[in-house]
Amino acid sequence: MGTLSNQVVVQKLTARFADKISVPTEPFGLLTFETNTETIAEVLRFLKEDKELQFNYLTDITGIHYPEQELAIGVIYHLHSLSTNVRIRIKVFLSVANPSIPTATTLWEGANWMERETYDFFGVQFEGHPNLCRILNVDDMTVFPMRKEYPLEDPNRVDKKDLFFGR
Amino acid sequence: MNNHPVYTDNDPQKETITLNLGPTHPATHGVFQNVLELDGERIVSGVSTIGYIHRAFEKIAEHRPFYQITPLTDRLNYCSSPINNMGWHMTVEKLLNIQTPKRVDYLRVIIMELSRISDHLICNGILGVDTGAFTGFLYLMEEREHIYEIFEEVCGARLTTNIGRIGGFERDFNDIAFAKIRQFLVKFPPILKEFETLFNRNRIFIERTSGVGAVTAETALNYSWSGPILRATGVDYDVRANEPYASYQDFDFDIPVGTTGDVYDRYIVRNEEMWQSLRIIEQAMQKLEKEPKGVFHADVPEFYLPAKESVYNNMEALIYHFKIVMGEIDTPKTEVYHAVEGGNGELGFYLVNDGGRSPYRLHFRRPSFINYQMYAPMSSGMLLSDAIINMSSLNVIAGELDA
Repeated sequence: MGTLSNQVVVQKLTARFADKISVPTEPFGLLTFETNTETIAEVLRFLKEDKELQFNYLTDITGIHYPEQELAIGVIYHLHSLSTNVRIRIKVFLSVANPSIPTATTLWEGANWMERETYDFFGVQFEGHPNLCRILNVDDMTVFPMRKEYPLEDPNRVDKKDLFFGR
Repeated sequence: MNNHPVYTDNDPQKETITLNLGPTHPATHGVFQNVLELDGERIVSGVSTIGYIHRAFEKIAEHRPFYQITPLTDRLNYCSSPINNMGWHMTVEKLLNIQTPKRVDYLRVIIMELSRISDHLICNGILGVDTGAFTGFLYLMEEREHIYEIFEEVCGARLTTNIGRIGGFERDFNDIAFAKIRQFLVKFPPILKEFETLFNRNRIFIERTSGVGAVTAETALNYSWSGPILRATGVDYDVRANEPYASYQDFDFDIPVGTTGDVYDRYIVRNEEMWQSLRIIEQAMQKLEKEPKGVFHADVPEFYLPAKESVYNNMEALIYHFKIVMGEIDTPKTEVYHAVEGGNGELGFYLVNDGGRSPYRLHFRRPSFINYQMYAPMSSGMLLSDAIINMSSLNVIAGELDA
């Protein structure tokens, strides 16, 4: 894929953050690791500003919900180093009681709407976001609809129960 | 963002006018609402409201088997549905580790490049309309019709195509489809040439577009722009070249880039991309001749629906049919991100799979959504009429914006 190998990225990250990041995996060649809410801002800044890594392009921010986990709400960042053509995926898991994480808008203006979308659907509080309000859903909505506890409202369809979807 | 004093509507000190542009204004080409604060004809600030056609596709996708998600992707960027369809198919193929034959890749490339042309045709045609020239739009409309006829021949639908399947196509291209593609390759270039002759050096057009909405490469990257509008700023990022999918590495094509990132550059980049798309389609047609005829899907009976007649007459086909439809196939528990170069930029599919029948989580990285967020900030200081053409040159598609 790119000119920068994943091993180099892993080495630099472990040298810098040691045990603050999880052991990286590589599903389909895309380097993936977890970190925590205290370290994420620093990790993002390091990845963006390091002279060799240059993950200067924020591809996406999104959320995920695993209700059975203690830290149930996940925030997933996809970064892309356009000069070396390498992608990286970073995950941070938060508790439902206090789903707060520092904003990435200080690094990328483009994070603004992505974080608003993640807030809108998962209720993640991005600390320091300039305008954290709903974006796609109506303003007076009280729930965060992409969380798993909210089923599709379709009472007429009995064939769409989770039972039939293998879970 | 801006420091102008904010007064309420009835305050006598208020010198600006609040203008509600949209959500159904004819100049905005879709459901976009912008509440603009105007000082004369100049925009002081603006707030974009989106979500008018939000349909919760990501939630619906969590309750649908993989093959039923394709029609949802149709409705993202409905000006180039096949790219979305195939982007989704390739995401699932990546997850399931399906290798498609070269012929399938080339057929896909033809369809995707045709959709790119139809997408850019609309954008550039509409840009002409917004700058006061209806003629070019009508010239191009006819060609888009011919592209839709090709889609119709291949899959039976025109706009929301639902084209292909996971693993390839649902049927082979027939002779009429190939004839129509060949005819398009002959007929379209002179029309595009004529369109360019009308616009490229047209003084009115240049004065309306050049310098409007100019964006530096740094700002564009900072806002995560992708697609033609990013390339117009001079960044040569194209998913087709950076991470080739569907055998794009076999093709010889250029990535046009602009310099200033203004509306004129975006127009030129899109036009040039249409020429490059034509080049790619021509190469694909040549390559197809060397490929074995009749191959239109990967040989993966576990995932690719068998033909209906063999379901009725053949035990294995019946079993596979049942397993696929009832979601009994085993899928790996992992996650995959796959991006394709859509009409507007990097269209990404982030799929988290838990081995169930439907995705555990599916997120669409929609270029229109991410590109559009700069619209209100960049409109500050612009004339209202410039903001309108700036919006049409961003080519924001409401379906993709709101998902």
